[in-house]
Amino acid sequence: MADPAPKPKFDLGKYITETQLYKSMFRHGYTTSDRDRALSVMTNVFFHLHPVKVRKSGARFGFTWCAGGLSFFVFLTLVVSGILLMFYYRPTVEHAYNDILALREHVPFGIMRELHRWGAHAMIITVWLHMFRVFMTGSYKPPREFNWVIGVLLLVLTMLLSFTGYLLPWDQLAMWAITVGSNMARATPFLGHEGPGAALLAIGDIQLVTSGSDVRFALLGGRFVGAGALLRFYILHCVAIPTILVVLMSVHFWRIRKDGGISGPL
Amino acid sequence: MEALKHFIDSVSSPVTIFTLATVLFVLFVSFPRISTSKPVSLLLLALFLAFFGLGLTDEHFRGIVTTPDNVPIVGLIVVFGYFTWYAMRKAVINDMRMEKGEPTVEQTETNEKVLVFPYLIFIEFVVALAYGAGLVLWSIFLKAPLEEPANPMVSPNPSKAPWYFLGLQEMLVYFDPWIAGVLLPTFIIIGLCAIPYIDRDTSGSGFYSFKNRRWVITTYLFGFWILWILLIVMGTFLRGPNWNFFGPFEVWDVHKVVPLLNVNLSELIWIKWLGIGLPKMWFVRELPGILIVLGFLFITPVILAKTVLKSAFKKLDPIRFGILVLLALMMLSLPIKMYLRWGFNLKYIVAIPEFFFNI
Repeated sequence: MADPAPKPKFDLGKYITETQLYKSMFRHGYTTSDRDRALSVMTNVFFHLHPVKVRKSGARFGFTWCAGGLSFFVFLTLVVSGILLMFYYRPTVEHAYNDILALREHVPFGIMRELHRWGAHAMIITVWLHMFRVFMTGSYKPPREFNWVIGVLLLVLTMLLSFTGYLLPWDQLAMWAITVGSNMARATPFLGHEGPGAALLAIGDIQLVTSGSDVRFALLGGRFVGAGALLRFYILHCVAIPTILVVLMSVHFWRIRKDGGISGPL
Repeated sequence: MEALKHFIDSVSSPVTIFTLATVLFVLFVSFPRISTSKPVSLLLLALFLAFFGLGLTDEHFRGIVTTPDNVPIVGLIVVFGYFTWYAMRKAVINDMRMEKGEPTVEQTETNEKVLVFPYLIFIEFVVALAYGAGLVLWSIFLKAPLEEPANPMVSPNPSKAPWYFLGLQEMLVYFDPWIAGVLLPTFIIIGLCAIPYIDRDTSGSGFYSFKNRRWVITTYLFGFWILWILLIVMGTFLRGPNWNFFGPFEVWDVHKVVPLLNVNLSELIWIKWLGIGLPKMWFVRELPGILIVLGFLFITPVILAKTVLKSAFKKLDPIRFGILVLLALMMLSLPIKMYLRWGFNLKYIVAIPEFFFNI
């Protein structure tokens, strides 16, 4: 009696990659060939932020410290945790504090607010670190000078994002930190009512720049940090600044590719 | 131990800390080969750990350092301390290779290309994972602070801005808000943006190096470490009620009395030196100060162009040189004003309260 032909071993990986479902999502095989690896970057919208190949010196952790990519990742985690926080939070003087309190008291093992707050601090550190690395490797030099400028704007926006979020818990820490910070705007030359030159902007005896019309009033929606400021900071924090940030980030990432990829020695 | 802590407190003051930090910084960048060598870096690490360890045994110090919103500053110091050392170390190694005529570490690999998937994506994945794990642990062990509900009637003493703006708040000691809060931050942003348009020499691009970029890197590190991080640390950890200065182990006493001795330059000149009293017209009264400020901003660049910075003036065109020197002078105006305050109790160089214009 002849042995029956040995049954081919069942290969789960092969089975999955040959289903119509898988093939509809990924247009290439999953082997270790260069072709498949290149395709997995080119045909994937998320990986496609990268080129297919990069300089070996630039693909090292020791060169980039991953600080720029990490900043982006931290931003994404902040978007996720921020959206979840928005479900529970109402930006009114009546509710804001109690909503934060409820997040702490009523959510079992709730760390969403912590993830968001510490993530915000972490993002400031990673953004500073990214800038520091780019400076130390001289990567801001031509042809990358405009992308450095975009980066500086992103740095400022990151800090403003963190600053506007600082007010939202509506506790003593929040309110007085924003009071101290926004008091500076009062002294803006010409535009703040206690700034040098503001008194010159007058028609006859009528002052144009007063505590009710200066740049601080525009920021706070009032003469002090109150309900108007809470709403404005909420909208700046959740809508306005993130929108600008995403636009500038797109430019920043796109320009890396257009300016010759990650920097390397000539 | 108590005697040591008391000694540290008694010698701590803005002037001693700022001067000590500046001296250490100058030593660090003057001898990068020695300061990044193993024994010296280990010694610096040991000193930091010893000070921090000693500090944590002190109730007051521990209280400030472990305040939830202050923890990131400790993390910041550790992260940036390490990466400053790391970048300088790599720069020194590359400098030595270049001296011997060898290519830099980056140059040996720059023409080789690797596939992004899997090599780079793998690194990014691991870093993201490590960050995620770290953040979750941080969030579990440290609760986000929540104080009493906001009350416009009760202002905490001291009231502090978020920590990343505390460098600016600390500047308020030396400058009025229109300079510390508006003018200098604007100049910081403009100055950062201007860097690649002034330093355009592409030969130092894309790898770590120090020797050929000594002045550029030193200026940046001085601005970052001394004028930004150090001021944040002082403003957060060492400024107590009424923004008075306290040593690291000193209890924040609300009733600490600090005499106010500061005088304006105009008072020094017209009353103390000339003995004729302040003139009535503000522009006569403030003329000496205005002349000093204008001279500082517009005559210094000319003198520098003809003396110390002659070579830089030749390399850059007049516009670039002018912007560079103006930015550098704005940066230096902070330490200059600090030392004028510490040395001569000088309040304002130009004081025109009529127009909120005080320098």
